[in-house]
Amino acid sequence: MKIHEYQAKDLFRSYGVTVPEGYPAFSVKEALEAYDKLNTETVVVKAQIHAGGRGKGGGVKLAHSRLEVEELTNKILGMNLVTHQTGSEGKEVQRLLIEEGVNIQRELYAGIVLDRAARQYVFMVSTEGGVEIEKVAAETPEKIIKEWINPENGFTEKQGEKLAVKLGLANGQISSAVDIFTSLWNVFSELNCSLLEINPLVVTSQEQVIALDAKMNLDSNGLFRHKELLELRDKSEEDPAELLASQYNLNYINLDGNVGCMVNGAGLAMATMDIIKLTGGEPANFLDVGGVANAETVANGFKIILSDPNVKSILINIFGGIVRCDRVAQGVIHAMDTVNVTIPVVVRLEGTNAKEAAELLNNSSLEFLVATSLQDAAEKAVSAATGGHQ
Amino acid sequence: MSVLVGNNTRLIIQGITGKEGTFHGQQIRDYGTNLVAGVTPGKGGEKALEVPVFNTVKEAKDATDANTSVIFVPPAFSAAAILEAARAGMDLVICITEGIPTSDMVKVNHELKDLPTRLVGPNCPGVISPGKAKVGIMPGFIHEPGNIGVISRSGTLTYEAVHQLVSAGLGQSTSIGIGGDPIIGTTFIDMFALFTDDDETEGVVLIGEIGGTAEEEAAQWVLDNNFTKPVVAFIAGQTAPPGRRMGHAGAIISGGKGTAKEKINALKSAGIHVADSPAEIGITMLKALQS
Repeated sequence: MKIHEYQAKDLFRSYGVTVPEGYPAFSVKEALEAYDKLNTETVVVKAQIHAGGRGKGGGVKLAHSRLEVEELTNKILGMNLVTHQTGSEGKEVQRLLIEEGVNIQRELYAGIVLDRAARQYVFMVSTEGGVEIEKVAAETPEKIIKEWINPENGFTEKQGEKLAVKLGLANGQISSAVDIFTSLWNVFSELNCSLLEINPLVVTSQEQVIALDAKMNLDSNGLFRHKELLELRDKSEEDPAELLASQYNLNYINLDGNVGCMVNGAGLAMATMDIIKLTGGEPANFLDVGGVANAETVANGFKIILSDPNVKSILINIFGGIVRCDRVAQGVIHAMDTVNVTIPVVVRLEGTNAKEAAELLNNSSLEFLVATSLQDAAEKAVSAATGGHQ
Repeated sequence: MSVLVGNNTRLIIQGITGKEGTFHGQQIRDYGTNLVAGVTPGKGGEKALEVPVFNTVKEAKDATDANTSVIFVPPAFSAAAILEAARAGMDLVICITEGIPTSDMVKVNHELKDLPTRLVGPNCPGVISPGKAKVGIMPGFIHEPGNIGVISRSGTLTYEAVHQLVSAGLGQSTSIGIGGDPIIGTTFIDMFALFTDDDETEGVVLIGEIGGTAEEEAAQWVLDNNFTKPVVAFIAGQTAPPGRRMGHAGAIISGGKGTAKEKINALKSAGIHVADSPAEIGITMLKALQS
């Protein structure tokens, strides 16, 4: 689960990570109140969306007066912010963070992520702050300094000092850096984060090391331990169809194509998308209906797929294991009765009781295209989507 | 011979009295797997699926000489269940549970480094050696005994691959789903090492997916160790967009890494036959064996 910068900074404060003073604003009025509270000459108006690259996209601006805060808030609030992470459609800005300006001496980077190959978390820092870290990793990997975290001991003060020294911090700045690194690890481990990134981490002209930005993702599998964090979920950041799917306990991701697919299992769902593409079509979505493909899940799947107006045909690909295909077929027939489906539906059921399922589908009065193999299913669905089938 | 599970398996089920444990336990038993006991804390002394239930894995092992455990407990208790089984001296622990926090698995894997126990999973369908033992949730009847080893990060896509192998007249020695999480116990490489020494295994199917670098590491291992049995691979997620988690917690392209293209290139340069289409896994293996 992703959360906003201002929410992450609130959590940081409670763990003793130094961040600039700032307040969220959902309106011009709130932005001006925040400005008055900050009582400082220069403030930063920062768009709050779940994507990086906001500065480049025009979502982060300096304001030097009350009037400027008002002008910038009017401009940024409600704008469609396009960054390298939002895709070309961009994201509407609905929240701002109004923050005190900081005199920056140096811009650094700090992050904590999982190193899958090492099966450990890794603390990374770099002198190249304020730029895309993926770029640094690709072009100058030696500029990323890493310390792997032993799960028994956690991140140690010694490791913190090592990182601070390698960043070339002055003696007076090291203890401030170690404090912030240790506190960041405490946030990460205690709140079950999956990613923590501070870009930039800055040294101020007062020799203080502070988190100027904050990107924080939570491990959704760990949220049962932190129910209070569920309140930080911003549903307006999510695709409406994906949100609906999550309410039905279905795993759905909207894509650009026109062949809708409904599959049991994530791997098979990806493979189904792949074969649609290989057959000359474009998948409209990823949809894993999970282990229970019954009338209800299939009906919900139909509703979600059909909420995308681009979909021209639907491919149902279920490999019945413990779930019997004849039951799935009954579910599909029942769901077609309850949901108004006006586009071609291709059904491929394989595994337990596949023959009985094919008979049920063939004998039903509803219009199905029954496929006999994965390849056949993809061909029929792609052809139907492109109007090849009548 | 088969690997991991077979005629020597003496199985316990952790969470045998729960809904999943009961349902899949019955299927495991019906397949002919040697189920010797179950474990549910607080239910020691009872019986389930016609075997005795114990409060702890240690008690179950002492009483039945079990060597393998399969775990069907909820995510919040899974890490403790894995460690309990390992500390009790189980040779093999297969964790089916989906949704375990990654940080729990970091800790589990750290402790397992110093123990002889092998972990499979979590978030996996388990392991089957057709005709001998099924320790997992896969449909037993779609498999046939034979000479192909199957290693997969997926569930139903593994069944699809097995179905294609059987249609091509190829049975399996052992088929394993290693799991879809970012951190898992047994890896592709571990399985290649096991299949190297298994006389019954004449070829290997690898089903990978986007995310991480496990497939690239497997390709490098095959190259470095001069693995001579034919290998066929398919990578799911060639059309997946970056930054989006495709169902499995581990299936995500992040920071430009973990793409299907990179994996396919690595596999091909190791001499592995890569099936472009998921519909051609079985036929590609048949051709690889004939050439």
